[in-house]
Amino acid sequence: MLPEAVAAVGEAMGELGNPSSLHGAGRRARRRVEESRELLAACLGARPSEVLFTAGGTESDNLALKGLYWARRNADPRRTRVIASSVEHHAVLDAVEWLAAHEGAQVTWLPVDRSAQVSPGTLRDAIASDPDSVAVVTVMWANNEVGTIQPITELAGIAHEYGIPIHTDAVQAVGTLPVDFDASGVDALSLTGHKLGGPYGAGALLLRREVDCVPLLHGGGQERDVRSGTLDVPGIVGLATATALAVERRDEVAPRVAALRDALVAGTCSRVPGVQVNGHPSERLPGIAHLTFPGCEGDSLLMLLDARGVECSTGSACSAGVAQPSHVLIAMGASPAQARGSLRLSLGHTSTQDDVDAVLEAIGPAVERAQSAGITSVLSP
Amino acid sequence: MSGGVDSAVAAARAVDAGHDVTGVHLALSAQPATLRHGARGCCTVEDAHDARRAADVLGIPFYVWDLAERFRADVIDDFVSEYAAGRTPNPCLRCNEKIKFAAVLDRALALGFDAVVTGHHARLVDGRLVRSVDRAKDQSYVLAVLTAEQLSHAIFPLGDSTKDRVRAEAAERRLAVADKPDSHDICFIADGDTRGFLARTLGAQEGPIVDAVSGETLGSHRGSFGFTVGQRRGLDLKRPAPDGQPRYVLSIQPKTNTVLVGPGELLDARHVRATRPVWTGRPAPSAPLECHVQLRAHGMVSPAVVSVDGTDLLAELRTPQRGVAAGQALVMYDGDTVLGSATITSAE
Repeated sequence: MLPEAVAAVGEAMGELGNPSSLHGAGRRARRRVEESRELLAACLGARPSEVLFTAGGTESDNLALKGLYWARRNADPRRTRVIASSVEHHAVLDAVEWLAAHEGAQVTWLPVDRSAQVSPGTLRDAIASDPDSVAVVTVMWANNEVGTIQPITELAGIAHEYGIPIHTDAVQAVGTLPVDFDASGVDALSLTGHKLGGPYGAGALLLRREVDCVPLLHGGGQERDVRSGTLDVPGIVGLATATALAVERRDEVAPRVAALRDALVAGTCSRVPGVQVNGHPSERLPGIAHLTFPGCEGDSLLMLLDARGVECSTGSACSAGVAQPSHVLIAMGASPAQARGSLRLSLGHTSTQDDVDAVLEAIGPAVERAQSAGITSVLSP
Repeated sequence: MSGGVDSAVAAARAVDAGHDVTGVHLALSAQPATLRHGARGCCTVEDAHDARRAADVLGIPFYVWDLAERFRADVIDDFVSEYAAGRTPNPCLRCNEKIKFAAVLDRALALGFDAVVTGHHARLVDGRLVRSVDRAKDQSYVLAVLTAEQLSHAIFPLGDSTKDRVRAEAAERRLAVADKPDSHDICFIADGDTRGFLARTLGAQEGPIVDAVSGETLGSHRGSFGFTVGQRRGLDLKRPAPDGQPRYVLSIQPKTNTVLVGPGELLDARHVRATRPVWTGRPAPSAPLECHVQLRAHGMVSPAVVSVDGTDLLAELRTPQRGVAAGQALVMYDGDTVLGSATITSAE
């Protein structure tokens, strides 16, 4: 967490007051919440009334998808189709699958190209096949595994030609890429605190004023009646503080992190033969390097690098801790073995050249060793 | 680290001994259940969580290795095909042989580790496998299939302790699994119903239950694979045997889908043939060897003379044993020390 956000959370924790209360302490708490709402709205191109505070990205995604689906279907029962990209985060993927399993949703999964991008033509074709049946479209702003940025403004324009609302999971994008809610045209946008130097368990859904959304949580009617529940004042203050700082420093941080990432990728490719760099060559997040190493398990690499103090990830882990072959890489056309042999190295605002050098020192021997252990999770035919 | 108390304490002792220890949990099911239920004692997400908790308390790195495909091929498919062939396999033994001390060990060695530590109740003395001091919990039988090479990369830190002592130590170390119940039965059969599992896998096929003495058909079954030599319960005979004596399964004949039953005395076996011998406690004997043999997990031990017959072993039992099933291991002991093992092919 950014030290400024830690301080802001700590200060807010010392103050008593439910922002929904009418007394003095409540008013003071409410002022903090509303100032945070205004701050967050201002730095993301939204109006304050469009900011709904939630408990993080997963809640925001679920609220947007289920809430928009129900609202659109209530208005016209023919609208039961959900169009989603095939490289979404599980918070979107599983919410969409839940709608299919329990709410009669038909799902159109949008394929991606080898760089993980959705092409606007693909979305147009998907809608045009039966526009009246579409309840909602969801395409993430930038992919969490390989870092590919989607042409979100163009996609939003296409959805709107047909009068269909579009949601975007922008958890990876806010604070890292220029994000302007109003200019993007999207109707709903998810963000979360811990990805941008803010607290865990604090997030927001930006929801256009004129868009109807059925609530998941019912109760005191907070947050435009869309998200009931006593507001988490310290979390909200920390989220707004961190978002504002991340956005303010983006022009300085993003190019620096991208340069480090480029050095990491180039150094790895020169040390390890046969490395494949995944994702889009230019339209990608500055802090993600996603690499496929031939003939070894990402799991083995992760373990060997962890032992050398390099902390990285193999992709999406399920709750048992078993790394499944990434659905993102599979959607991009990788084989299960290639998907198993992949590693995501993430850099952030605190990363330095020394960190990159440490990885480059460790990576060659680690890959060699992992290759000698081979692939055990996939049986050879 | 299965998520049980034994492997947690074994890991703790390995750390105390000064080893550089990494915790590994094996994901053996492609679709693990979320919570433990029924007879199962491992392989759920909850067990993985318990194992991770123990590793965190010990301060060691912890990873889940996905060996579900290997486990399916080497243990579950083997289990099913052995039953289909009329034999009675021991999947724990196969898992030790093919997974824990083969797939896991090979990968560990390649990654730079020296040994696999497990929570098995057994000892290693000068490279020889020896029974645990806790005879009731001893697992030397299911480890006896390991080769000398495999044993040379194994560490069993619990063999000198009773299970009670292991639980007490877990509590002293503040490991949350101290009171976790022992696992039972076969980990990949969630409800403990082996016959139901086999019927679902192999398909039910009605066949006769025939009396070996009178040749009469006494009943029918829904699949010969569901039976084990020596079994008495669950035969569900439609009429009593002519002599009025209880009937036991004598043999399973998969080709004709027939289960042969008979009185208890016909189960007595004196001559046991076994194949694929492994000698770890001594070299293969050139003359008949006086030793003790154990013919199933937690089974009786009987004195025997074992001789080598080509690629087989022949054991002459001094005292006859009931219910010797093909597919089980014949394990030879000198006192508490394992001399070797082989897979039983026939008994009479």
